[in-house]
Formats: sequence, C-alpha cells, structure tokens
Amino acid sequence: MTVDLAPEELTDRGTSVGSGEEISARETLRRGLAFSPELADGFGWTLLLAVIGTAGRLVVPVSVQQTLDKGLNGPNGVDLAFVSQMAVVAALAILATGLSSYFMTARLFTASERGLATLRIKAFRHVHDLPLLTQNTEHRGALVSRVTSDVDQISQFLVFGGVLGIISVGQVLLATVVMLFYSWQLTILVWVCFLPLFLSLRYFQRRLSAAYGVVRRSVGAMLSAISEPVVGAVTVRTYGIEERTQERIDDAITANQVAATKAQGLTAFSFSLGGVSAGLANAGVLILGIWLGLAGDITSGEVIGFAFLVTLFVGPVQMGTQVLTDAQNAIAGWRRVIGILETPADLDDPGPAGQSLPRGAMDVAFEDVSFGYPGGPLVVREVTEHFESGSRVAVVGETGSGKTTFAKLLTRLMDPTRGAVLLDGVDVREVEFASLRRRVVLVPQEGFLFDSTLLENARYGDLDASRERVIASAVELGLGDWLDGLPHGLDTRVGQRGESLSAGERQLVALLRAHLADPDLLVLDEATSAVDPALEMRIGRALERLMSGRTSVTIAHRLSTAESADEVIVFDKGRVVQRGPHADLVGEVLAAGEPSVYARLHASWVAQQSK
Amino acid sequence: MSRVKPSSTLLGGFRVLGVAIRREPWVFTLSTLGSVLFGALTVADAWVLGWSTDHVLLPAFTTGATTAGGLVAILALFLGVAILRAVGIVARRLGAGIMQYRMQATYRREVTRQYLTLPMSWHQRHPTGELLSNANSDVEAAWAPIAPLPMAVGTLAMMVIAIGQMLFTDLVMAVVGLLVFPLVMVVNVVFQRMSSPIYTRIQALRAELSEIAHESFDGAMVVKTLGRESEETDRFAAKARVLRDEGIRAGRIRAAFDPFLESLPNLGVLAVLGVGVWRVRSGAADPGDVVTVAYLLTIVAFPIRSIGWMLGEFPRSVVGFTRVSRVLDTVSDTTYGRGILGSPARGAALEVESLVFSHEKGQRLLDGLDFSIAPGRTVAVVGATASGKSTLTSLVTRLVDPQSGAIRLDGQDLRDLEQGQVAAHVSLVPQSAFLFDDTVRGNVTLGADLSDEEVWEALRTAQADGFVAALPHGLDSRLGERGTTLSGGQRQRLSLARALVRHPRLLVLDDATSAVDPEVEARILAAMRRRGGDSTMLVIAYRKATIALADEVLFLDDGRVADRGTHQELLSRNAAYATLVNAYETEGVAP
Repeated sequence: MTVDLAPEELTDRGTSVGSGEEISARETLRRGLAFSPELADGFGWTLLLAVIGTAGRLVVPVSVQQTLDKGLNGPNGVDLAFVSQMAVVAALAILATGLSSYFMTARLFTASERGLATLRIKAFRHVHDLPLLTQNTEHRGALVSRVTSDVDQISQFLVFGGVLGIISVGQVLLATVVMLFYSWQLTILVWVCFLPLFLSLRYFQRRLSAAYGVVRRSVGAMLSAISEPVVGAVTVRTYGIEERTQERIDDAITANQVAATKAQGLTAFSFSLGGVSAGLANAGVLILGIWLGLAGDITSGEVIGFAFLVTLFVGPVQMGTQVLTDAQNAIAGWRRVIGILETPADLDDPGPAGQSLPRGAMDVAFEDVSFGYPGGPLVVREVTEHFESGSRVAVVGETGSGKTTFAKLLTRLMDPTRGAVLLDGVDVREVEFASLRRRVVLVPQEGFLFDSTLLENARYGDLDASRERVIASAVELGLGDWLDGLPHGLDTRVGQRGESLSAGERQLVALLRAHLADPDLLVLDEATSAVDPALEMRIGRALERLMSGRTSVTIAHRLSTAESADEVIVFDKGRVVQRGPHADLVGEVLAAGEPSVYARLHASWVAQQSK
Repeated sequence: MSRVKPSSTLLGGFRVLGVAIRREPWVFTLSTLGSVLFGALTVADAWVLGWSTDHVLLPAFTTGATTAGGLVAILALFLGVAILRAVGIVARRLGAGIMQYRMQATYRREVTRQYLTLPMSWHQRHPTGELLSNANSDVEAAWAPIAPLPMAVGTLAMMVIAIGQMLFTDLVMAVVGLLVFPLVMVVNVVFQRMSSPIYTRIQALRAELSEIAHESFDGAMVVKTLGRESEETDRFAAKARVLRDEGIRAGRIRAAFDPFLESLPNLGVLAVLGVGVWRVRSGAADPGDVVTVAYLLTIVAFPIRSIGWMLGEFPRSVVGFTRVSRVLDTVSDTTYGRGILGSPARGAALEVESLVFSHEKGQRLLDGLDFSIAPGRTVAVVGATASGKSTLTSLVTRLVDPQSGAIRLDGQDLRDLEQGQVAAHVSLVPQSAFLFDDTVRGNVTLGADLSDEEVWEALRTAQADGFVAALPHGLDSRLGERGTTLSGGQRQRLSLARALVRHPRLLVLDDATSAVDPEVEARILAAMRRRGGDSTMLVIAYRKATIALADEVLFLDDGRVADRGTHQELLSRNAAYATLVNAYETEGVAP
C-alpha cells in the first residue's frame, strides 16, 4: 500500500511574497527613494526651476492686469510706453517660464525614468534571489505585473505629481501670507471653511489608498487569469473548456473594472469636496466682510480684493488634493514593488566572503538533515548519509517519498530545517553561490527552455562555449544523430518554454546544457524520463563515462539506473530506509519476512520488463 | 516597426475615441453634461460674485446696514453653485472613469476570447508576455484619452462660446486672438509627429520587457540551478534601459512642447493688447472691449490644455489600439464543418490516411502515415524520441491540421466536424501535465457537472485517490499555479483522471505515466484494463508494461508505420523494435 506524504501545500503555509500593504505612505516614499536614489539626484535644482516656472506663471496675468489697468484705463487714457514696457516684461516672463518649465520637465522625466529603471531591475533580480518556495507562491503573471505595470504607475505620478504637490503647498502658504496682510479675521475664516476638507483628507487618503491597493491587486489577478489559459492552451483546447475559462477571465476582468471604477468614484467625490469648501469660503468672506465693514474694520474694495485672493488659495488646494489622490495610486504600485524587494531571500548568498569549492570530485555528506515546508510535516527526516567523492549514487523510492526534496537540499535550492548538507566538508550555506552553481548542477524532470535556438539554450550551461564545443558535447552524450535529424540542427528554434520540441527532446537539451556546465557534482532528477529506452540507456552509458572521477546522484524510477549505480539509497516516507549496492538490496528482507521497499520496487520493475 | 503617420495619428486618435463614444453613448453624454455643467458654473461663480457685490455688499457699505435676506442669499447662491459644480465634477470624472474602464473591460474580454479561439499555430508565434501586454497595457493605452475627453469636449463648448463673444466684441482683435487656437492645434500636431514613433517603440518595449520577465520567472528553477541570475538580470536590464532612454526622449519632447502650449494663449493676450491699443487709439474699440477679449482668452487658456492632454494621449492610444486590433482582426484559419458524432456507448473508430505533416518546408515529420483503430481497441505507438509521436497526438486531437491526408472519427473527417465535437469525444493526456490554479475537483471536472463519486472513481483508476485523500481539504484543496504544489508523478495522475472521468470515446495517452514509479504505473494499467471497453485508446509509450496493454503496436520510423502487429510479434520479427523496447534489459545490467 502506497502512502503518499501530504504534498507540499505552499499556498496555505509557504513563505509568500510580501504584498507591501502594511507599509505606510511616508515609509513607502522613504524606502522607494532609498531603492532608487536617482529620484533625489539634483532634486533641489528641479524644485528651483519649478518655483521659477510657477512664479513666471503668476507674472503673466499680473503684467496683463497691470497693462489693462494702467496702460489702457489709466488716468491719461492709453499709455503706449507703459503697454510696450509691460509687453516686454510679460514676454520675458513667458520665455523664462517656458525655459524653466522645459528644464524642469526634462529633469523630472530623466530622474524618474532612471530611478524606475533601477527599481525595476532591482525587483527583477530580487525575484530570482527569492527561494523557489516563495517564487511559487505568487503567480507568474502577478510577479510580472510587479516589475512592469506597477512600476509604470509610479512613473506618471513622479513626473507630474511630486513637484506639483510641493508647489501647491508652497502656494497655499504664500496665499495665506498675502491674505493675512489684508485681514486676519477673513484669513482665519477661510482656513476654518477648509478645515473640514483638510481633516477629512486623511480619511479619504486612507480609503483611496485601500481602493487603489485593491486595483493593483486586481490587475495582478487579472494577468494571472489571462496568462494561465494562454500557457495551458493545449489543455483548454483538447478539453473544449473555452467557455468556462472565458468565464474565469471575465470574472477577473470585471473585478478589475469594478475596483477601478470604485477608486475613481472615490477620487471624484473627494475632489469635489474642495469646491464646496471654496463656495463656503467665498460666501463667508462676503458675509463676514460686510459685518466687519459695518464695524468699520474693512473697506468694500478690500473685501472684493480678498474674494479674489481666495481663488489663489483654492486653486493650489484643489491641485494638491488631486496630487495626493494620484499619489495613492502610485504608492499602491510602489508598495507592491517594495514588497518584493523586502521579501527576505532566505537563501543567503555569502558572496565573495563565502568559501569557494576547489575543483575535483566532490564528497557529499548529509548530517541529520530534516526538512519540512513552513507549517507542514517533515518531508525529509533525519537523513545522515555520506557519499565518497567520485561515487555514482542512485536514489529510489515511491512518488512523494522525499527524493526530489533531497535533490533540492543537495543543490541548495532549499535549506534544511535542521541539520546540514556538506560538500567537500563545507556547509553549503557557507559556499559562495557563484562557486556552488558552477560546481553543482541539477537537471530537473521538466527542463525549461528559453524561446531561442537550441544552441543558445545549450550555452546556458556555459556562456562561453563555442558552437564546436556544443556539437562535440552533444556527440559525447550520444545525441549526435538526434541533432543531425533536426531541420536546422543547433539553430532550430525551440519555441516558448521549448514547446516546439517534444518533452523528451527538451530533456535532451537540458542534459546537454548540464554537460556543458561541466559540474563536479551532477544531480539528475528523472532527467531522462521522457526519452526512449534505447536513447536513455545510451545517454546513461555516456554519462557514466563522462562523470567518471566526479560524483553523480541520480533519481530514477527506472531501476536500470539503480542496477548500474555504485550505491543505491532508498527513500520511504522521508527517511533513508536502505542503502547499498543493488545486488545486496534486492535480497534484503524485512524482519517480518516481507520484501524490503527496494525489493518490492524492483519486483514491479522486473515484472514490467518481462512483458 | 510600423511607422505611424502624424495625420493618421490625429485622425486615428479621433477614430479610436469614436469607437468608444459609439459603444458608450450614454455614459459619454452624462460625463460631457457634467463637464458642461462644471464649465457653466465656473462662469456662474463670477456672476454670483458680481451680483453679491452689486446687490448686497455695496449697498451695505453705502447704507451702513444690511438685511438677513441678503446675507442668506449670498450663502445660498455660493453654496448652491458650489454644490452643483461638485455634482458636475463627480458626473464628469466618474462618467469618464466608467466609460474608460468599461471600454477596457470590453476589449480585454474580446482580446482574451481571441486567445481562446485562435489556433495553436498562432499561439506558438506569440509569446505569453506579448499576449499579456496586449490584454493589459495596450488596452490601457488605447483608452487613455477617454479620461480627459469630457473635459476637452466641455472646453470645446466653452471655446465656441468664447469665440462667438470675441467676434461680437471686436472683429479685428478676435482674429488676432483666434490665431491662437489653430496655432495650439498645429503645435499639437507637430508634437504628435515627433513623439508618436517613440511611443510606438515604448509600447513595443513594454511588451518585450514583460515577455522577458515572464519567461525568466517561468524558468526560475533553471536560472537558479545554473546560477544565471546575473545574466538574466542583465538581459532584463538591457531592455529596461532601452525603455528608460526612450522614456526620457519622449519626456524631453513633452518638456519642449508643454511650454509652447502653455504660453501660446498668453502670447495671444499680448497680441490682443498690442492690437487693442492701436484699435482704441484709432477709436475703433473701447478699452472695455480689449479687456473682454483678453479676459476670454485667459479663461479659455487653461482648459484648452485639456485638449492638449487628450491629443497628447493619441500617439500611445493609436499604437495600443493598433496592437489590440491586430489580435482582434486575426481570423482563425481553422474551419469547422457541421458534422456531429453520435454518442453510442462504445469507442470511436479512428482512421488515419496518408497523413503528412511537417513543421516547416523541406522536412517531413510524418510522411504518409496510414492506420486505423477499430472501436474499443487499444493501439500503442512506439518510436524513437523525436519520431513524430507527439505530433500525431496533436493531429488526432485537432490541435493542428495535417498538410495532406485525413484523420477520421467514425468515418467523419475531423475538419468536417462542428466546433467542440472533437473535444467532446476525444481526450488527450499530454506528456507534460498542465494543472490550473484551482481545486483538485476543478482540475478533474474542468467545470463539467460530475458527481464526487465519479471524480473519486477516476482518481482511483489513476491511482491518485491516495494522495488526494491525504490533502488537507481533499477534493477542495487548491493546487497553486500549474500545480506547483504537487510532484511530477502526482500531476500526471491528476491529468489522467481528468481524461478518464469524461469516459471519452477516444483516449489519447502521450507517455502519460512517465513520471510515475513502476509500482504505481502497474496499478494504473491494471485498473485501466479492468475498466476497459468503452474507450478506443491510442497510447504513446516506451515502457513495455504500457505497450503490452495494447491489442496492437504500431512501430513508427521515418515518419511512417514501419511495422504493426502485437507486441510479441514485433519483438520476434523486428530487430529495430526489439532493440528500442528491450534496451533496459539488454544493456541495463552494466558493471
């Protein structure tokens, strides 16, 4: 009776990619700036330009006003000299405004594009540094959206929002100072009228922040819903489930639409509040103005002048509210990118400080190694084994007995929960990644290929390999005939994920790639399971020859591999239950007189072969 | 790279907007009305201030007394206008939002529908990342001009009124002022001419960037095992930097044009002043007329930029729309007939006649394949790696059509069958199992109305009942994207159960148990044999245990059926066949 261990339920209890949602807006900005220092480069100059540009914008209407009041309607009628003077001043102001606006915008674009490219690249790199386990908890589509569309959201805001926001605050303060010159009572009144708006701002920003968070998430979910059936197009077609799939996609699209519309509604509503405050302020100024006027504190001209000043106050307040709203959207995207960057890469590369492994056959030791997924049961238990350098080890066991986990621990795709894996006597956690990956190579069951040529894919194992070397390696592995049979040989394009090739051929490329990498410890996890028996045996023999003097660990269901290995270790429910050469293990009988795990596996293998 | 002509960008942009307006006329009307209301009330604000000054403020200051009624009127008028204007803003913005997001959703649905309809050959030419980009950022870009649209239309209305008033005030000054509006348009056209090729590139680069990210994350395991993180990052960074530089270029152009668009109305005001002075001196106009025309230009100056914003989105919009349309306009070259297969409770008869298939010219993967399978029989196809076996499974399930020859089910050519018929009668269990991010149940039933009992029965036959029962939520356990939480062998067994539960009349197994250990495989085969009967089976296999399950074996070599017969017959008479399938025994017991 097979007892499969509970599979690795990652979605529920794995370490997951940080959503970044717990980060406050201010923290997001601070950390965002830390990740993209380019954003702050020369910001002072940009701000100065912005101030000049803004001031220039005021000069134009003022000089126009002056021309009208004094040049045309002056006490002496039309004053041509004054008009031409003012026109020159205004033209100069327009020129200065235009120039500073040009430099400011260009600088903003440059800084934000640079900063965001850096952020994108850092986030991309970090995704690759995350443990396999964590990568798998997030959908590919959602991960992609974090380094693409989430970043794009930030750029819009950075270019136009950041500076506008700062300027708006400055303008509000400036308008307040000017208003105070006219009347402190009226100034207080204006502020009182806007107080509810300012106080509600926090509330709205929180709601908006949540709303835009939902939008960003829904985009990620939508991309996942779209990418899944694109990747699984064959399954969708052969089972004729287009409609059901479309329903799932439609649901995700609708969720995104609803989220975006909700956020927009909230934005519109919060934006409209400023106008109501402005109306209240205008009415208040007139009413209080009349009352003050009646008391003799203020003239009618001053009241009307004040009413115009209020518009100088309202404009930047509206603009500022708008910027804050846009900021929420940008920050929602920013958070998600920062969330990735701050997800710990719990496989730490000790870097150059770590040890590097010398070349030569590798000695492997597991010291009391146990592993369980976070919150789950142990899938590898108390394994203590040592393999001499240069030995060929076969690992067998039923599906789900812990073999693949064993291979991942051995190649440091995961770190043990307890115990240590030693290579040449060094704990793998202390080995520099660069050295580790050069000397230890794992060939997984499903060899992933990049959408490129066969040559490029093979070269992934050794970027400097010449074409001749790739061909020679293929011949060494016994793949010469196969290569010759391909229409374009090494230049054959393999298609997305290698799907233009059959699963068996993909395995051949993965193997060729590993061979080119020239490792000292080769770990094969069912690496030839989809290849025809004759070719598999040929490759097996070739590898035996090529790996002589090196260490190899092969996980296989086909026990022919075990028969030819130096030693076999047998996994059962996460433990190593048997170890020794094939010939010894086959005869082993358990205490109860039942055949051993290996004997049982071997018997069914033999039964298959005798057909 | 397709070159977008500037004139076609402007026209194209309007055409794209036209599509949106035709599709969402009511929302568009609502938001435009909101915009007009907003514009009207902006003017009304000035009127209220004037009225209050004349009727309440000045009398109060002159008489030294005021009435409560007057003060209440001020409050009511200002608040009334403010609230109505707020309503206008909400209507305009929410309307624009609803319209924009509806269009996005509509086009996303249509684009993804195409993804589900277009043939596999199309999919092989279009990387996942590109398709994601089409459905996401291209659609977004296409409908971006909707956001400023209502305000632009409102502005246009305001502009028309302003022009009318200018013409009415003073013809000469109005003409000078009016030069400004066309000039703004011209500047916009020049802006588009310069920026649209850049935006085309940016949009394409975004797609390429997302392709790289998608592929790279997909191959994360390989990247890790070979320690290629830095090379992958370099690959992504190179593209991200090109995108960055194009972004900066686009930004510089934008930076150069923004001041023009902003200062043109101001220059117009200056021109009006110049001409106005001359007109007033010659007695043709009053100073008041100059004030009016200058004022009109000033109030239109700011909102006129919203037209600029809208036009500024056009290059991206047209590019996005073009990219989306390319997908929408693709016509599937797969045609369907009207044939319907009956549903007798027995296997289907499969005939393959002179089948020729090649991936490209000059090479023939399948070169005149001939065979037939009687209903209910099981035939194994055996051949070396890369001999075209998997291609045969794609042909039989009509994922691709042959170059020549025919495949018939119950005597009917697959191409003559109605859409959905092949899927309803034929199930394929592919070499690499694909699982959805769904529950175990969802992955097995794929939405079909099947009882738990039926699901469990299929799982039992596929020897998947054990590990499914051990899952925390049994049938309701979620599997994660592509079933990453399961081992290869477990995924294959679920994929097998998915086919079995449908009781297909033709079951095609493409090396479907390659990742399963021999003991489990033996049990699967035994269970399938017990089940027997109602399915015709086409089995691609290497392992003798699987082959032995078949009534007959086809030995494939050189794209043809080299030999056929029972496993035993072939073993004894065909040396090449024997070498292939006996490899484990004859060569296995090495040192």
